[in-house]
Amino acid sequence: MSLQNLNIDKSRFKAVVIGGSAGSFQVVTKILAEINPGFDLPIFMALHRLKHVRNGFVEALMLKSKLNIVEPDDKESIKRGIVYLAPSNYHMSVELGYKIALSTEEMINNSRPAIDVTFDSASYVYKNKTLGIMLTGANKDGAWGMKRLKDRGGFAIVQEPSECTIDTMPTAAIKATQVDMILHTSDIIKVLNSLV
Amino acid sequence: MIEDIEIGELRTLCQVIQEKYKYDFNNYAISSFKRRVIRFLELFKVPNMTVLIEKIKTDPAFFKTFMNELTVNVTEMFRDPSLWRDIRDKVLPNLFSTQETIKIWHAGCSSGEEVYSMCILLKENGWLDNVKIWATDIDENILAKAKAPKYNMKNMFEVNEKNYIRYGGTGKLSDYYKEEHGVAHMDTSLVSNVTYRTHDLVKSGIFNKFDLILCRNVMIYFNQQLQNEVFKLFHESLFNYSYFIIGSKETLIWSEIAGKFITINQEEKIFKKVKE
Ligand SMILES: C[S@@+](CC[C@H](N)C(=O)[O-])C[C@H]1O[C@@H](n2cnc3c(N)ncnc32)[C@H](O)[C@@H]1O
Repeated sequence: MSLQNLNIDKSRFKAVVIGGSAGSFQVVTKILAEINPGFDLPIFMALHRLKHVRNGFVEALMLKSKLNIVEPDDKESIKRGIVYLAPSNYHMSVELGYKIALSTEEMINNSRPAIDVTFDSASYVYKNKTLGIMLTGANKDGAWGMKRLKDRGGFAIVQEPSECTIDTMPTAAIKATQVDMILHTSDIIKVLNSLV
Repeated sequence: MIEDIEIGELRTLCQVIQEKYKYDFNNYAISSFKRRVIRFLELFKVPNMTVLIEKIKTDPAFFKTFMNELTVNVTEMFRDPSLWRDIRDKVLPNLFSTQETIKIWHAGCSSGEEVYSMCILLKENGWLDNVKIWATDIDENILAKAKAPKYNMKNMFEVNEKNYIRYGGTGKLSDYYKEEHGVAHMDTSLVSNVTYRTHDLVKSGIFNKFDLILCRNVMIYFNQQLQNEVFKLFHESLFNYSYFIIGSKETLIWSEIAGKFITINQEEKIFKKVKE
């Protein structure tokens, strides 16, 4: 897909949500390493992760990241240009009033954090100003959330399945809704940087 | 598939519940509250909010079922194993260094796993007879389960036992239960010093004073305004120089009582009350 005619209005978006599981760590590392340091939307990331490893994930991502990454506490205020990573063993939602809300609700598709929860709640608050990005993963978590995001007028990007370590997740999202773009990682980065 | 629920509909629902059943959910966090309501509509095949509100108005038994599903009861034994090591190695030795018996409150104890974790820890360290424990929850149904625990074996192996091993208990978790037909029946002699009772953090108020309060993963379902009120209740319910433990991703820094506590362990969210 060519990005030339990519006519995304810079002011269109207020928030980015990213979901991924198996293999997504490398992709997210690359995105955060190459993102423009001036990127000033909040980014919510729900990535499947080991439950008992509470520490080290943020530190590992921070090594190359151009943006600050936090595992938020419950009801933390959302700020621009910060990456919010769902903590292990918690679902992460966007709460009305631009706060983070965490929850220990049942797992969804065997996952907590679940991508569905983050995508659904973010698009409930940010409506059509939500940009959703689904990365590689071996699970169908996120497909329903991506559909909710699209139903509310959000913009859906899915990682090119042939580039994915495991393409179950992007493929499920493509099946669940009419996604707007299917892109390689390098082009996902271009799209994000075009918003700055 | 249920379409979105409007905030207005949730408000009406809360009003009806408050008028008829005296529970106040107005200040619960919207994101999870809304998810619970949608989940209920789907689970019980209720077509829409109007029908739900009407049924709740007229059918108390139905409301009970609704309450059960509304509250998030998911819990674990020894959740966050490193916290339990700190309770064993720092919090309790500190309390026992100045007094012989201590009083503990588990607020929002759900099906009781947290209480059993505490009692196993106490037993393994010879403290079990030196405590009095209160375990409370808003949800009567889940409290009944806490009193006569039958935990699912799959959970026992995959979650509780793994946590117990990471915590570093002196025995085996299986020392504390009997397995029958895929269900773990806990050894209830462990909890002979535990009083279970219903208590609503929103409106029940203070009922005792404690040396240690644990309220973990309960206030995350509240908005900040309500959290602030409940923090005041906990402050009031603690003796000076006693301990307060919240969930690993909760915080009290922005609350009114923040200045009356010092942080003992930021990672594990252990605080100590230092001012009345
Ligand atoms: C997720 S469980 C927490 C269990 C345990 N403390 C843990 O961390 O694993 C939350 C519990 O809080 C209870 N709860 C919700 N609102 C409450 C209220 N207003 N007063 C007391 N308990 C409440 C629910 O019924 C539920 O059992």
